[in-house]
Amino acid sequence: MVPLSYYLVLSGILFACGVAGFLIKRNIITIFMSIELMLNGVNLSFVAFAAHWHVLAGQIFVFFVMVVAAAEAAVGLAIIIAVYRTRETLNVDQVNLLKL
Amino acid sequence: MNQSLHLWLIPVLPLAGAAINGFLGKKSSRTAVSTIGLFFSGAAFASALWVALHFSSLQLPYQEYVAHWIRSGSFSVDFAFYLDQLSLVMLLVVTGVGFLIHIYSVGYMWDDPGYYRFFSYLNLFMFFMLTLVLANNYLLMFIGWEGVGLASYLLIGFWFTKDSAASAGKKAFIVNRIGDFGFLIGLFLIIQNFKSLNFDHVFEQVQPLGLETSAGLLTAIGILLMVGACGKSAQIPLYVWLPDAMEGPTPVSALIHAATMVTAGVYMVSRSHLIFERAPIALTVVAVTGTLTAFFAATIGITQTDIKKVLAYSTVSQLGYMFIACGVGAFSAGIFHLMTHAFFKGLLFLGAGSVIHAVGGEQDMRKMGGLKTYIPMTFIVMLIATAAIAGIPPLAGFWSKDEILWKAWEANPAYWAVGAITAFITSFYMFRLLFLTFWGDYKGIKVDDHGQAHAAHGHGDHGHGEPHESPWVMLGPLVVLAVLSLVGGLVGIHNGFEHFLEPVFGSEFPKAIAEPGNTEWLLMGVSVLFSIAGLILAYVLYVSKPYLPQKIAGSLNGFYEAVLNKYYVDELYAKIFVKPLIDGSTNILWQGVDRKVIDDTVNNAAAGARHVSDEVRHMQSGNLRSYAGWISAGAAIVIAYMIWLGMGR
Amino acid sequence: MLNIHLILFLVFGAIALAGAINLLVQRHPINSALSLIAVMAALAGEYLLLGAEFVAAVQVIVYAGAIMVLFVFVIMLLNAGVEEETKGSRVAILFGIPGMLIGSLLVAWVVLRHAGTEAVPAGVWAANVSQTSAQQVPGSPETIGPLLFREFLLPFEITSILILIAIMGAVVLASKPAGQSGGPPQKVQD
Repeated sequence: MVPLSYYLVLSGILFACGVAGFLIKRNIITIFMSIELMLNGVNLSFVAFAAHWHVLAGQIFVFFVMVVAAAEAAVGLAIIIAVYRTRETLNVDQVNLLKL
Repeated sequence: MNQSLHLWLIPVLPLAGAAINGFLGKKSSRTAVSTIGLFFSGAAFASALWVALHFSSLQLPYQEYVAHWIRSGSFSVDFAFYLDQLSLVMLLVVTGVGFLIHIYSVGYMWDDPGYYRFFSYLNLFMFFMLTLVLANNYLLMFIGWEGVGLASYLLIGFWFTKDSAASAGKKAFIVNRIGDFGFLIGLFLIIQNFKSLNFDHVFEQVQPLGLETSAGLLTAIGILLMVGACGKSAQIPLYVWLPDAMEGPTPVSALIHAATMVTAGVYMVSRSHLIFERAPIALTVVAVTGTLTAFFAATIGITQTDIKKVLAYSTVSQLGYMFIACGVGAFSAGIFHLMTHAFFKGLLFLGAGSVIHAVGGEQDMRKMGGLKTYIPMTFIVMLIATAAIAGIPPLAGFWSKDEILWKAWEANPAYWAVGAITAFITSFYMFRLLFLTFWGDYKGIKVDDHGQAHAAHGHGDHGHGEPHESPWVMLGPLVVLAVLSLVGGLVGIHNGFEHFLEPVFGSEFPKAIAEPGNTEWLLMGVSVLFSIAGLILAYVLYVSKPYLPQKIAGSLNGFYEAVLNKYYVDELYAKIFVKPLIDGSTNILWQGVDRKVIDDTVNNAAAGARHVSDEVRHMQSGNLRSYAGWISAGAAIVIAYMIWLGMGR
Repeated sequence: MLNIHLILFLVFGAIALAGAINLLVQRHPINSALSLIAVMAALAGEYLLLGAEFVAAVQVIVYAGAIMVLFVFVIMLLNAGVEEETKGSRVAILFGIPGMLIGSLLVAWVVLRHAGTEAVPAGVWAANVSQTSAQQVPGSPETIGPLLFREFLLPFEITSILILIAIMGAVVLASKPAGQSGGPPQKVQD
């Protein structure tokens, strides 16, 4: 059998890649996708724990995470479109009007 | 039991007048303001007269309790009034002369834009002075004491837009406060040792005490009270404010700085006579101070050219006489001189005001002269007043001054000698004033010159041609005071006045109230001689040989300059006290403490906050990635912390 | 021990990792999107290995099949091009990357130290710790369904409202302002 820790390590690496992408990338859509990657990593962790402790609530939680991720993706992309309309750029460094 | 005299009415009536004029006077007509002012001060005078009428039927001392004030453990002080012969004399003098001066002011201040303010302050002064005189305890007296100081400040600086007037007001108040400091410490000593400030209780406890031959408690109290009196009554070393106080309008000089406020010190010392009589050292201090002051001020008076300044130094000198009297234990003589001095000095000041009004605001005597043809009424009353102050019998000043000189001789001939010489000098410079002002040729400006009108006069300029007489509203009080100066001294015959005050000042250490003996006649003769000598000398120097004074002044050059400049006392004080104080305040307190410590602390706190925020605001860069960076850094820290927490297990 | 579970875990894990790293490395967002789809597919395989059938199916259908399609739509709609090199934020590089690295290393270390090597036992599954009932396949719709509509009914309903609101929000945000025609501004490519 595969030990739980392996799943957790994989989940952690996926999460770390998501964070790295969030920090490195300049295209707003790519940043958004990194967020989705983070969520996936967490989902894996949930399912792994659910299997380890024989508790189905973990999988239910994954279900809800996906629902929320969907909603968030929809709204987020709508925002990106709206921003693109006004700023005409997808480069997140150029959307800095809130600079002090 | 006594019927209630409603003594409280006497101070409160002028207070009401002050309030009404103060709040409503600005919009009222001058007639209304004068009516209110005269009515309330007149009512106070009428009440005082009524009290005097019923005086013989009273059981003395009469005390009237009005209201609670301080009840602190065993120490209590109340608003209560006290009446005995001494207060009655003071009461009549203050209300009487005060009322006359109110009438005079109607004419003198008529054209002044601050008319209503003047009457308000004048009534306010009456309220405080009457509180001082009628108080039954030292604390209420101190309230009156401070209050008259306040009124004096307000009235000296009445024309506050003028720098010199404003400064003079400040000087008066500050120098007074220095004296008050001594007064307060004296009061604290009294509280500490006698557990009360009521005259009754304190004097009850002082009565059985014996003479203090060396410095002790009573001496300390006496000297401290004297310090307070020096401030209020302008004795050495705190007299410097009085000549400057001449910046105020002339009625103010007459009322406050001649007749009433400056006599508060004498009244206070007389009221505390039981304490002083048991502390011979304190008495000596009083007497010596009085003697020195009398002589010192008189010498300065010889050289002054401003008519009001001469009178100011004369006041200081005469107050010195009163303190000589108190210092040798002749308190009733001091009060007697206080009364006559109120008459003739008030008259002198009001007359001087009339003169100043006549010549259109000029106060320099060298620019006057020959006025006896232009303003005869004023001349006559001034002549009477000058004779009175010079001590020419049978006018008032002669009786009171002579009484003092006789008692001084009995105590110590040295006091008498200085006093007699001072009398000579007094006579000299007073007649000098008279001759310079009224004899000779008129040296003033005759043409219609509006610009010459001195601001200190406060009197609108009519188209002046020649000096003109004052209106009757001003001359009336002058006449009344002249009559009083003529006959006011007669109460001293056969020691009548002293007998009247005997219930107050009688003690186991009596100064013999004896019939005049040969010594006294001799002394009387000598003082009359001195007075006439002064008159003759003044006549010679200023009427027959007017070139002489210049020559004498020239030959005494340096000394003359010193006297002319008041012995540079003001400059000395400025250098020793004022300048270090101002420098210290500027450099240490202002630049050092206020700017560097307080301001800089606040400013640096603000600057520090700004610097911190300058650094921190880089967090708000508007850049999404930097936000993300901060978030992940923070998350890493939190995770690390949680792991660290969980490591123990 | 090498068994099929482990091999499959490693295979899917490798695919997932490769996709994740490719997402980071690629410069064109469409490539990153396709990598992400690969990651999701691999993860669906992982879920199957853990006995979560339903979740795996939902992963493929919803996540890979709807959300990622949406991403691809938007990328193509906005004609996103190759990422430009712009000066980014110092903080992100200075604090973020090391922070993330340290965090993940820490977690990995802790996990590996404490989690042990117990295998996932087969056996009795329960909805939550207090309930026990014999289920055949742990994550099938028969077991998830009752759970979803009984114990977790409230969150279920709330999330449905959430989706409704998200729809409305997305429509409002992305709609064209009144009076404008056409689509997004076009970059001149000819």
